[in-house]
Amino acid sequence: MKVLLALKRVIDPYVKIRVRADGSGVETANVKMSINPFDEIAIEEAVRLKEQGLARLTQVVSIGPEAVQENLRTALALGIDEALLVPCEQTLPALAIARVLKAIILIEKPDLVLLGKQAIDDDNNQIGQILAALLDWPQCTFASQLKVQGDSIEVTREVDGGLEILSAKLPAVVTTDLRLNTPRYASLPNIMKAKQKPLTRVSLEELGVCLTANIETLSVSAPKERKAGIRVDSVDELLDKLRHEAKVIE
Amino acid sequence: MRTLIVAEHDHQHLKSGTLSTLTAAMALKSPIDLIVIGQHCHSVVQEARSLAGVQCVIVADHEVYQSLLAENLAKLLASFAQDYTHILCPASTFGKDLLPRLAGLLECSLASDIIEIIDQDTFIRPIYAGNALATVRLKENTRLLTVRSSAFAKYTLQAETLVELRACDRVYAAEKTSLIRREESQNDRPELANAKVVVSGGRGLQNKENFALIEALADKLGAAVGASRAAVDAGFVPNDYQVGQTGKVVAPNLYIGIGISGAIQHLAGMKDSRVIVAINKDPEAPIFQIADYGLVGDLFKIIPELLSKL
Ligand SMILES: Cc1cc2nc3c(=O)[nH]c(=O)nc-3n(C[C@H](O)[C@H](O)[C@H](O)COP(=O)(O)OP(=O)(O)OC[C@H]3O[C@@H](n4cnc5c(N)ncnc54)[C@H](O)[C@@H]3O)c2cc1C
Ligand SMILES: Nc1ncnc2c1ncn2[C@@H]1O[C@H](COP(=O)(O)O)[C@@H](O)[C@H]1O
Repeated sequence: MKVLLALKRVIDPYVKIRVRADGSGVETANVKMSINPFDEIAIEEAVRLKEQGLARLTQVVSIGPEAVQENLRTALALGIDEALLVPCEQTLPALAIARVLKAIILIEKPDLVLLGKQAIDDDNNQIGQILAALLDWPQCTFASQLKVQGDSIEVTREVDGGLEILSAKLPAVVTTDLRLNTPRYASLPNIMKAKQKPLTRVSLEELGVCLTANIETLSVSAPKERKAGIRVDSVDELLDKLRHEAKVIE
Repeated sequence: MRTLIVAEHDHQHLKSGTLSTLTAAMALKSPIDLIVIGQHCHSVVQEARSLAGVQCVIVADHEVYQSLLAENLAKLLASFAQDYTHILCPASTFGKDLLPRLAGLLECSLASDIIEIIDQDTFIRPIYAGNALATVRLKENTRLLTVRSSAFAKYTLQAETLVELRACDRVYAAEKTSLIRREESQNDRPELANAKVVVSGGRGLQNKENFALIEALADKLGAAVGASRAAVDAGFVPNDYQVGQTGKVVAPNLYIGIGISGAIQHLAGMKDSRVIVAINKDPEAPIFQIADYGLVGDLFKIIPELLSKL
């Protein structure tokens, strides 16, 4: 089985972001960047499938600026076999990313495709589902457990009411949730070894996909700040405030 | 101009997110239809027919729709797309699974998790865990939207109306996906997503047994129980209790966070609550920066005292 996963480089989840005053977006200059946390989970899952002898080859692909190389190297150091970079300086809409991923998939022919359930910058939670539809493949979103059983997979999904267990025929798209696994750290020898692993570039022109989509971000603004309230000194004072000031309890 | 709402239900009742989505759809000021897809969902259809804001309830009732899988539901919806300028669904795990797949089939763009409708093409949605708000415009013939339920009031059911009914006999089977089973986490408390009061616990509770303190307090207040990711990961409570960027977004009248530090990913799921109470032994905990009432102290002393005085 061949496993391919998609990786996005995002502002680190623990950075406090700053909205640009002119409404053009979020400040990205000199900000710490990381692999989208859900994609780290996809990396870990692919590596485990390889370690279990279920995956023959693992590949990671990212569409983004040259700097993404750094994150792809991290994925290689974590145990992924090959990396593909589709260089692209501008931010593409979800549909365009899905089209690029589809084009790569038609060339590479993986049996299992792993994506994060959402990118924590735009919080879209779309691309895996769009991609599955474009390919007419089954989708198992928000996976917290994945078992490969011959030519199908059994996936436990985290849904609003609890859990849902699906069976899907391969090839399929799976999107990862946080509890699928706990990602490992890259060891120093593996970081060195990763420098020898293949990192190939595929140009957007080569793939020849349509990048336009009919969605446009007009502006980005900061939300209304919630003003800090007060400290109370005792349970009695708290209950008094909740009853008589906020009037939220009887 | 015509809007289609995809009803979310459990084959017994409409989920409350559907009612918030209807409120959102009203802002588009065009006729609204609602589609109920499933099998043997008569009681859901009855509820849907009492929604006065809806012009027509479309019912696709067939065994192929029993499992509510995105694979075939998206195909059915795609067959309706050309009749509608807008298709809306709650931004629940159901809607987030389904609508982007529909977008893929139609090769069009989707605005997810919208919190405000500016006009027929323009919507506001949170990004970066709610630390920024993006205004987006969709230039599609069919605009696909998932709606954040906590941002819109619930439309109220009106028993005396009886909306027109239309049966749909289009059958699309899911060929590559099947549902093995659902494991629903059962409790008798109000639904987290639309409770008026939510009591949440975090890692500070230390273990599953202690988490019963949170549940006892919730029961005293008639509240739903929520949790931080740390509490879910540690196995104190099931996954569907998680509040935050990657869990549920809630905006109750009163949110009480206990033993929760207030990481931005947690705040993303509760900072629009009307009144926020934080109880934490660390006076520097970030949750105090957004709390209306902060009480510094040991939760193992404070919760029992609250229980005795409520
Ligand atoms: C991509 C991503 C997505 C995430 N999504 C979510 C999400 O949706 N929801 C979410 O909650 N988190 C999410 N997180 C995790 C988040 O970053 C925090 O790690 C998590 O919220 C911490 O949970 P906590 O506050 O319970 O634990 P901690 O941060 O460990 O805080 C425990 C608190 O308990 C207090 N405490 C301890 N003992 C006592 C006592 N006896 N009395 C009173 N107070 C006490 C401590 O002072 C401390 O403030 C996400 C993280 C990432 C990277
Ligand atoms: N530029 C990109 N390159 C590769 N994969 C991406 C890119 N953007 C998003 N993805 C993948 O799509 C997932 C979901 O993103 P989204 O739907 O935008 O929230 C991410 O977790 C990644 O796996």
